[in-house]
Amino acid sequence: MTNQTRRRIVGGMSALATMGPMFWIKSAQAQTSFKPEKGAKLRVLRWKRFVQPDEDMWLANTKKFSEKYGIPVRTDNENWEDVRPKAAVAANVGAGPDVIVGWLDDPHLYPEKLVDLTDLADYLGKKYGGWFPTARTYGTTKKGRWIGLPLGASGALLTYRESWVKEAGFSKFPTNFDDYLKLCQALKKNGHPPGFALSHATGDSETWMHNILWGFGGKMVDDKNQVAINSPETIKAIEYLQELSKTFIEGTGGWSGVSNNNAFLEGKISLTSNGISIYYAGKNSTDAAKKAVAADTNHAPMMVGPVGRPTELHLLSQAMVFKYSKYPNAAKEYLRFMWEREQYEPWQAASLGYVSHPLKAYDNNKFWNDDPKYLPFKGVVERMQPHSYAGSLGYASAACMADWIVVDMFASACLGQKSAKEAAAEAEKRAKRYYG
Amino acid sequence: MAKSSSQSLLDRFNNSANALGLVFMLPAAAILLVFLTYPLGLGLWLGLTDTKIGRPGVFIGLENYRSLFNDSVFWLSVFNTIGYTAVASVFKFVLGLILALLLNQNIALKSFMRAIILLPWIVPTTLSAIAFWWMYDSQFSIISWVLVKAGLIDHYIDFLGDRWNARISVVVANIWRGIPFVAISLLAGLQTISPSLYEAATIDGATPWQRFRFITYPLLTPIIAIVMTFSVLFTFTDFQLIYVITRGGPVNATHLMATLSFQRAIPGGQLAEGAAIAMAMVPFLIAAILISFFGLQRRAWQQGSKD
Repeated sequence: MTNQTRRRIVGGMSALATMGPMFWIKSAQAQTSFKPEKGAKLRVLRWKRFVQPDEDMWLANTKKFSEKYGIPVRTDNENWEDVRPKAAVAANVGAGPDVIVGWLDDPHLYPEKLVDLTDLADYLGKKYGGWFPTARTYGTTKKGRWIGLPLGASGALLTYRESWVKEAGFSKFPTNFDDYLKLCQALKKNGHPPGFALSHATGDSETWMHNILWGFGGKMVDDKNQVAINSPETIKAIEYLQELSKTFIEGTGGWSGVSNNNAFLEGKISLTSNGISIYYAGKNSTDAAKKAVAADTNHAPMMVGPVGRPTELHLLSQAMVFKYSKYPNAAKEYLRFMWEREQYEPWQAASLGYVSHPLKAYDNNKFWNDDPKYLPFKGVVERMQPHSYAGSLGYASAACMADWIVVDMFASACLGQKSAKEAAAEAEKRAKRYYG
Repeated sequence: MAKSSSQSLLDRFNNSANALGLVFMLPAAAILLVFLTYPLGLGLWLGLTDTKIGRPGVFIGLENYRSLFNDSVFWLSVFNTIGYTAVASVFKFVLGLILALLLNQNIALKSFMRAIILLPWIVPTTLSAIAFWWMYDSQFSIISWVLVKAGLIDHYIDFLGDRWNARISVVVANIWRGIPFVAISLLAGLQTISPSLYEAATIDGATPWQRFRFITYPLLTPIIAIVMTFSVLFTFTDFQLIYVITRGGPVNATHLMATLSFQRAIPGGQLAEGAAIAMAMVPFLIAAILISFFGLQRRAWQQGSKD
């Protein structure tokens, strides 16, 4: 009993203390603060970690917050693919966790149910060198109101075996599609084929395929949200991918999300697209063979196509505060706390580059220099485009992505079921069901 | 006066089979209403609206169904579901019946055999699906590995990357999982058949086939009708096996109506469309139930005579 009263007083005092600067040094970029509600407690739902230290550090930071503010925070983890349905249910029934850390266009599916985070996002943006453009796109409505707070993107980059790429005659990893095809053909010839998922492998197949689609100038919709997938550029991309897929190891049409990790670590493939998890798993493995694979592993950004700029797609994660929450200010203060350099940088370091930052200033996180193999992941958010490109985020973009329209288009052409033209026409027909 | 009349009312109520029956049925009816009728009605309603995740919808009539009618993926899923159900059910019936007949013989360790036969049915579907997924892996498949080591094939089988291979693979997994249910249920049916019938037939010089054809099969028919109705319903609404093994891939070759409904409703956010797909399954399910219902009505079967 006494404890509770004391905690409340301490909480109130610290809130008072942090409030001070807001009034007195408003113009200076000092500590902004949202005054947490009295007796606030928070429930946070986030995706289950891909690498253990991520979760440990997240919880440690959360504990620091609880101690500083006297606000208990309960953190729940869900498999990353299950966060979307849970968040949707919470939004629909108007009850659930105060904060949900979700994915991609989640906030754009129920924008009216979310607390406006504009002041918080502006504060963080000003303090940390601004948001990368794609992070801003994901976080804001068309009118520029912030409804999600980007946490970062889980980058999927080209993961390759250095020695085999050298053996194939490339001292430097290629940066354009022509050289890249030559590399893949040489790798295949040497008996070390590349392997990329052509299947419904959530999180894997969409990312590398969009790089090629966009790289050649193809896109699902134009900037007016009109379906534009059936274009000469798309057909070029499909034809390129048909050639490329001939070099893949057999059976990638049936791969799941972990197939490429296993195949790579077992030395069956020389090149794939993945997050940093393969390298991490190899480096921390007790198996000497896998350790050796990790030592020979390196990463490269996705190819830059004829459009002449990076066209990467990654899984961006962002936090949302729901209007049904009784403690929106405490939730915002929690997010502010977690996104501040003192907490964010150690957390990012702990997650070993699995999450690339959305705020420019975190380019300077010292962690990036710990291992040169991390470096390609540094610019992931800077190089990425929203999956709704060139249109806006919303129901249609979510539906097209979930319905595998782009993946099926490429896969049906690569698996010999359709010609490039037929595949593009089919994708157009399917996309029109959602874009109207 | 008043008291005695109210008492007699209570007495009459207590002695009325109809009134009591109604009251005793109420709890069950309430459960059915809350947990079956309401969700079904809600699904039906959702399918007629444009509801999305996080946004209530308005009534749009049959627009979802019209849109699905022009959707090649939807029709592919209908084709897949019917094929998956038909092939898997036939195999489950034939293999289940053979297994039941075997288990009905006097074999060694009879009780033990009957117990372990149930294992595939008891193991959570997700776990058995993961096991199958490993067996079907394109690089690490134990099946391919054994065949390659035995020198029977020279490269690994593409179980899940080729559309027909993938379809066969998931059907096999479903059959493996469904056989125990059919076998054990039919075994229960077999044990209700009086041995004296077989003795009489044997004395009359009936062959084993004749005994099966004219005693076992006719007497087992009502059980077969029920078991196969359930088996067809389970198979038609299968979700987990597909979701774990292929996610409907490659290029939707193994998408069932149930998995497509989920994919569109939840990850895709199109709740109404998902509900419409789920509703489109109902006519098929009702047809399966009616077939068995009318089959059961023909009670003459039970006497083994022609109706």
